[in-house]
Amino acid sequence: MRLAVAFVSGVVFGLGLILSQMVNPAKILGFLDLSGPWDPTLAVVFLGALAVAVPGMRLVLRRGKPVFGERFALPARGAVDGPLIAGSVVFGIGWGLAGFCPGPAITALVSGEGRVILFVAAMVAGMAAYRIVDRWRTGATDG
Amino acid sequence: MIIENFTPISGFVGGMLVGLAVVLLFWLSGRIAGISGILASVIGKPGPDAVWRYLFLAGLVAAALGWFGVTGDLRVEVEAGPIRVVLAGLLVGFGARLGCGCTSGHGIAGLARFSKRSAVAVVTFFVVALATATLTGVLLPTEGGG
Repeated sequence: MRLAVAFVSGVVFGLGLILSQMVNPAKILGFLDLSGPWDPTLAVVFLGALAVAVPGMRLVLRRGKPVFGERFALPARGAVDGPLIAGSVVFGIGWGLAGFCPGPAITALVSGEGRVILFVAAMVAGMAAYRIVDRWRTGATDG
Repeated sequence: MIIENFTPISGFVGGMLVGLAVVLLFWLSGRIAGISGILASVIGKPGPDAVWRYLFLAGLVAAALGWFGVTGDLRVEVEAGPIRVVLAGLLVGFGARLGCGCTSGHGIAGLARFSKRSAVAVVTFFVVALATATLTGVLLPTEGGG
Protein backbone atom coordinates (compact mmCIF):
# COMPACT_ATOMS: atom_id res chain seq x y z
CA MET A 1 0.00 0.00 0.00
CA ARG A 2 2.81 2.37 0.88
CA LEU A 3 4.35 1.60 -2.49
CA ALA A 4 1.13 2.55 -4.29
CA VAL A 5 1.00 5.74 -2.23
CA ALA A 6 4.54 6.65 -3.29
CA PHE A 7 3.73 6.12 -6.97
CA VAL A 8 0.46 8.10 -6.85
CA SER A 9 2.13 10.91 -4.94
CA GLY A 10 4.88 11.00 -7.58
CA VAL A 11 2.28 11.18 -10.35
CA VAL A 12 0.39 14.04 -8.66
CA PHE A 13 3.66 15.85 -7.97
CA GLY A 14 4.74 15.45 -11.59
CA LEU A 15 1.38 16.60 -12.97
CA GLY A 16 1.63 19.71 -10.79
CA LEU A 17 5.10 20.48 -12.12
CA ILE A 18 3.94 19.99 -15.72
CA LEU A 19 0.68 21.95 -15.42
CA SER A 20 2.50 24.86 -13.77
CA GLN A 21 5.22 24.58 -16.50
CA MET A 22 7.91 24.29 -13.85
CA VAL A 23 9.37 21.47 -15.98
CA ASN A 24 10.35 24.17 -18.46
CA PRO A 25 13.63 25.80 -17.36
CA ALA A 26 12.87 28.85 -19.54
CA LYS A 27 9.91 29.47 -17.21
CA ILE A 28 12.15 29.23 -14.12
CA LEU A 29 14.75 31.57 -15.61
CA GLY A 30 11.94 33.95 -16.60
CA PHE A 31 11.42 34.37 -12.87
CA LEU A 32 15.03 34.21 -11.64
CA ASP A 33 16.57 36.42 -14.36
CA LEU A 34 15.63 40.01 -13.54
CA SER A 35 17.66 41.46 -16.44
CA GLY A 36 14.80 41.15 -18.96
CA PRO A 37 11.00 40.82 -18.96
CA TRP A 38 9.81 39.12 -15.77
CA ASP A 39 7.54 36.09 -15.32
CA PRO A 40 6.18 35.89 -11.75
CA THR A 41 4.69 32.39 -12.23
CA LEU A 42 7.22 30.58 -10.00
CA ALA A 43 6.11 32.62 -6.98
CA VAL A 44 2.46 31.77 -7.67
CA VAL A 45 3.34 28.06 -7.89
CA PHE A 46 4.91 28.24 -4.43
CA LEU A 47 1.86 30.09 -3.12
CA GLY A 48 -0.42 27.37 -4.51
CA ALA A 49 1.74 24.59 -3.04
CA LEU A 50 1.92 26.22 0.39
CA ALA A 51 -1.83 27.05 0.35
CA VAL A 52 -2.39 23.27 0.40
CA ALA A 53 0.70 22.08 2.27
CA VAL A 54 0.58 24.46 5.26
CA PRO A 55 -2.92 23.46 6.46
CA GLY A 56 -2.42 19.91 5.14
CA MET A 57 0.79 19.19 7.05
CA ARG A 58 -0.71 20.80 10.14
CA LEU A 59 -3.76 18.53 9.99
CA VAL A 60 -1.65 15.44 9.32
CA LEU A 61 0.77 16.15 12.17
CA ARG A 62 -2.20 16.29 14.53
CA ARG A 63 -2.51 12.54 13.98
CA GLY A 64 0.05 10.60 15.94
CA LYS A 65 1.25 8.53 12.99
CA PRO A 66 0.79 8.05 9.25
CA VAL A 67 -2.09 5.92 7.93
CA PHE A 68 0.22 3.18 6.62
CA GLY A 69 3.19 3.38 8.94
CA GLU A 70 4.40 3.58 12.50
CA ARG A 71 5.82 7.07 12.63
CA PHE A 72 6.49 10.25 10.66
CA ALA A 73 10.01 10.32 9.19
CA LEU A 74 10.83 13.93 10.04
CA PRO A 75 14.28 15.46 9.76
CA ALA A 76 15.67 16.56 13.12
CA ARG A 77 14.89 20.17 13.95
CA GLY A 78 18.53 21.12 14.27
CA ALA A 79 20.17 24.51 14.31
CA VAL A 80 21.09 26.52 11.25
CA ASP A 81 24.69 25.56 10.49
CA GLY A 82 27.48 26.16 7.97
CA PRO A 83 26.76 23.19 5.69
CA LEU A 84 23.08 24.21 5.38
CA ILE A 85 24.04 27.72 4.22
CA ALA A 86 26.96 26.58 2.03
CA GLY A 87 24.85 23.86 0.42
CA SER A 88 22.02 26.28 -0.27
CA VAL A 89 24.45 28.77 -1.84
CA VAL A 90 25.92 26.07 -4.12
CA PHE A 91 22.43 24.80 -4.97
CA GLY A 92 21.27 28.36 -5.71
CA ILE A 93 24.14 28.97 -8.13
CA GLY A 94 23.36 25.75 -9.99
CA TRP A 95 19.62 26.46 -10.06
CA GLY A 96 20.19 30.00 -11.36
CA LEU A 97 22.65 28.87 -14.04
CA ALA A 98 20.27 26.63 -15.97
CA GLY A 99 16.81 26.88 -14.35
CA PHE A 100 16.68 23.22 -13.34
CA CYS A 101 16.09 21.78 -9.89
CA PRO A 102 15.83 18.02 -9.18
CA GLY A 103 12.07 17.31 -9.46
CA PRO A 104 11.42 19.20 -12.69
CA ALA A 105 14.63 17.82 -14.25
CA ILE A 106 13.61 14.19 -13.64
CA THR A 107 10.10 14.87 -14.93
CA ALA A 108 11.47 16.69 -17.98
CA LEU A 109 13.57 13.64 -18.95
CA VAL A 110 10.51 12.43 -20.86
CA SER A 111 10.97 15.29 -23.34
CA GLY A 112 14.03 13.42 -24.62
CA GLU A 113 15.95 16.71 -24.83
CA GLY A 114 19.68 15.91 -24.68
CA ARG A 115 20.59 18.66 -22.25
CA VAL A 116 17.99 17.46 -19.72
CA ILE A 117 19.67 14.05 -19.73
CA LEU A 118 23.04 15.80 -19.42
CA PHE A 119 21.77 17.81 -16.45
CA VAL A 120 20.37 14.78 -14.61
CA ALA A 121 23.61 12.82 -15.20
CA ALA A 122 25.66 15.74 -13.84
CA MET A 123 23.30 16.10 -10.87
CA VAL A 124 23.70 12.41 -9.98
CA ALA A 125 27.49 12.85 -10.33
CA GLY A 126 27.31 15.85 -7.98
CA MET A 127 25.42 13.76 -5.42
CA ALA A 128 27.97 10.95 -5.74
CA ALA A 129 30.78 13.48 -5.30
CA TYR A 130 29.12 14.74 -2.14
CA ARG A 131 28.96 11.19 -0.80
CA ILE A 132 32.71 10.76 -1.33
CA VAL A 133 33.55 14.13 0.23
CA ASP A 134 31.23 13.45 3.16
CA ARG A 135 32.73 10.01 3.80
CA TRP A 136 36.22 11.46 3.65
CA ARG A 137 35.23 14.35 5.96
CA THR A 138 33.53 12.23 8.61
CA GLY A 139 36.25 9.59 8.29
CA ALA A 140 38.86 12.27 8.86
CA THR A 141 37.20 13.64 11.99
CA ASP A 142 36.39 10.21 13.41
CA GLY A 143 39.87 8.81 12.85
CA MET B 1 9.29 46.17 -15.30
CA ILE B 2 7.63 44.31 -18.16
CA ILE B 3 5.64 41.25 -17.13
CA GLU B 4 5.79 38.51 -19.74
CA ASN B 5 4.52 34.91 -20.09
CA PHE B 6 2.75 35.11 -16.69
CA THR B 7 0.45 32.08 -16.25
CA PRO B 8 -1.06 32.56 -12.77
CA ILE B 9 -4.01 30.16 -12.96
CA SER B 10 -2.21 27.06 -14.25
CA GLY B 11 0.67 28.04 -11.98
CA PHE B 12 -1.50 28.19 -8.86
CA VAL B 13 -3.43 25.01 -9.66
CA GLY B 14 -0.21 23.17 -10.55
CA GLY B 15 1.33 24.39 -7.31
CA MET B 16 -1.70 23.10 -5.39
CA LEU B 17 -1.15 19.65 -6.95
CA VAL B 18 2.48 19.70 -5.83
CA GLY B 19 1.37 20.67 -2.32
CA LEU B 20 -1.26 17.93 -2.39
CA ALA B 21 1.36 15.34 -3.38
CA VAL B 22 3.56 16.38 -0.45
CA VAL B 23 0.64 16.13 2.00
CA LEU B 24 -0.54 12.78 0.55
CA LEU B 25 2.85 11.13 0.91
CA PHE B 26 3.27 12.47 4.44
CA TRP B 27 -0.26 11.64 5.58
CA LEU B 28 -0.32 8.11 4.19
CA SER B 29 3.35 7.04 4.41
CA GLY B 30 4.87 9.50 6.85
CA ARG B 31 7.54 10.44 4.33
CA ILE B 32 8.80 13.83 3.21
CA ALA B 33 8.66 14.36 -0.57
CA GLY B 34 12.14 15.84 -0.95
CA ILE B 35 13.29 14.95 -4.43
CA SER B 36 17.04 15.39 -3.93
CA GLY B 37 16.98 13.18 -0.82
CA ILE B 38 14.87 10.56 -2.59
CA LEU B 39 17.15 10.53 -5.63
CA ALA B 40 20.37 10.50 -3.60
CA SER B 41 19.33 7.48 -1.58
CA VAL B 42 18.70 5.31 -4.66
CA ILE B 43 22.01 5.98 -6.39
CA GLY B 44 25.07 3.89 -5.55
CA LYS B 45 23.89 0.99 -3.47
CA PRO B 46 20.23 1.47 -2.64
CA GLY B 47 19.15 0.62 0.91
CA PRO B 48 16.29 -1.68 1.95
CA ASP B 49 13.85 1.24 1.80
CA ALA B 50 14.62 2.07 -1.83
CA VAL B 51 11.49 0.65 -3.49
CA TRP B 52 9.05 3.40 -2.53
CA ARG B 53 11.63 5.97 -3.65
CA TYR B 54 11.98 4.34 -7.05
CA LEU B 55 8.20 4.31 -7.33
CA PHE B 56 7.91 7.98 -6.41
CA LEU B 57 10.48 8.88 -9.10
CA ALA B 58 8.70 6.54 -11.54
CA GLY B 59 5.51 8.48 -10.74
CA LEU B 60 7.15 11.73 -11.85
CA VAL B 61 8.17 10.13 -15.15
CA ALA B 62 4.78 8.42 -15.56
CA ALA B 63 3.05 11.80 -15.13
CA ALA B 64 5.15 13.25 -17.95
CA LEU B 65 4.54 10.22 -20.18
CA GLY B 66 0.79 10.38 -19.54
CA TRP B 67 0.69 14.12 -20.13
CA PHE B 68 2.63 13.80 -23.35
CA GLY B 69 0.45 10.89 -24.45
CA VAL B 70 -2.75 12.89 -23.95
CA THR B 71 -1.71 16.39 -25.02
CA GLY B 72 1.26 15.61 -27.30
CA ASP B 73 3.01 18.62 -25.80
CA LEU B 74 5.66 18.80 -23.07
CA ARG B 75 7.49 22.04 -23.48
CA VAL B 76 11.06 22.00 -22.15
CA GLU B 77 13.21 24.87 -23.43
CA VAL B 78 16.82 24.76 -22.25
CA GLU B 79 18.47 28.13 -22.81
CA ALA B 80 21.81 27.14 -21.30
CA GLY B 81 24.43 25.44 -23.44
CA PRO B 82 25.89 22.02 -22.56
CA ILE B 83 28.82 23.35 -20.48
CA ARG B 84 26.56 25.50 -18.33
CA VAL B 85 24.10 22.60 -18.02
CA VAL B 86 26.78 20.21 -16.73
CA LEU B 87 28.15 22.79 -14.29
CA ALA B 88 24.60 23.53 -13.08
CA GLY B 89 23.86 19.83 -12.60
CA LEU B 90 27.01 19.23 -10.57
CA LEU B 91 26.29 22.23 -8.32
CA VAL B 92 22.60 21.36 -7.87
CA GLY B 93 23.41 17.75 -6.96
CA PHE B 94 26.24 18.58 -4.60
CA GLY B 95 24.56 21.61 -3.03
CA ALA B 96 21.25 19.86 -2.41
CA ARG B 97 23.04 17.11 -0.47
CA LEU B 98 25.28 19.46 1.51
CA GLY B 99 22.29 21.67 2.32
CA CYS B 100 20.09 18.66 3.18
CA GLY B 101 17.39 19.51 0.65
CA CYS B 102 16.18 21.42 -2.42
CA THR B 103 13.17 23.31 -3.70
CA SER B 104 10.75 20.50 -2.72
CA GLY B 105 12.05 19.30 0.65
CA HIS B 106 12.97 22.71 2.05
CA GLY B 107 10.82 24.87 -0.22
CA ILE B 108 7.49 23.12 0.24
CA ALA B 109 7.56 20.41 2.93
CA GLY B 110 9.97 22.33 5.19
CA LEU B 111 8.30 25.72 4.88
CA ALA B 112 4.88 24.14 5.34
CA ARG B 113 5.85 22.94 8.80
CA PHE B 114 7.63 26.21 9.62
CA SER B 115 11.10 24.66 9.90
CA LYS B 116 13.65 27.36 10.64
CA ARG B 117 16.43 25.47 8.82
CA SER B 118 14.22 25.23 5.72
CA ALA B 119 13.31 28.92 5.86
CA VAL B 120 17.00 29.88 5.96
CA ALA B 121 17.80 27.45 3.12
CA VAL B 122 14.96 28.75 0.93
CA VAL B 123 15.84 32.42 1.40
CA THR B 124 19.51 31.61 0.72
CA PHE B 125 19.00 29.61 -2.47
CA PHE B 126 16.39 32.02 -3.83
CA VAL B 127 18.60 35.07 -3.34
CA VAL B 128 21.64 33.30 -4.81
CA ALA B 129 19.66 31.88 -7.75
CA LEU B 130 18.14 35.31 -8.54
CA ALA B 131 21.62 36.88 -8.46
CA THR B 132 23.16 34.08 -10.55
CA ALA B 133 20.43 34.06 -13.20
CA THR B 134 20.35 37.85 -13.44
CA LEU B 135 24.12 38.06 -13.74
CA THR B 136 24.09 35.29 -16.35
CA GLY B 137 21.31 37.12 -18.18
CA VAL B 138 23.38 40.33 -18.25
CA LEU B 139 26.64 38.64 -19.27
CA LEU B 140 25.22 36.06 -21.69
CA PRO B 141 22.06 37.66 -23.09
CA THR B 142 22.08 35.60 -26.29
CA GLU B 143 20.02 32.41 -26.42
CA GLY B 144 21.87 29.15 -26.21
CA GLY B 145 25.09 30.77 -25.03
CA GLY B 146 27.86 29.22 -22.96
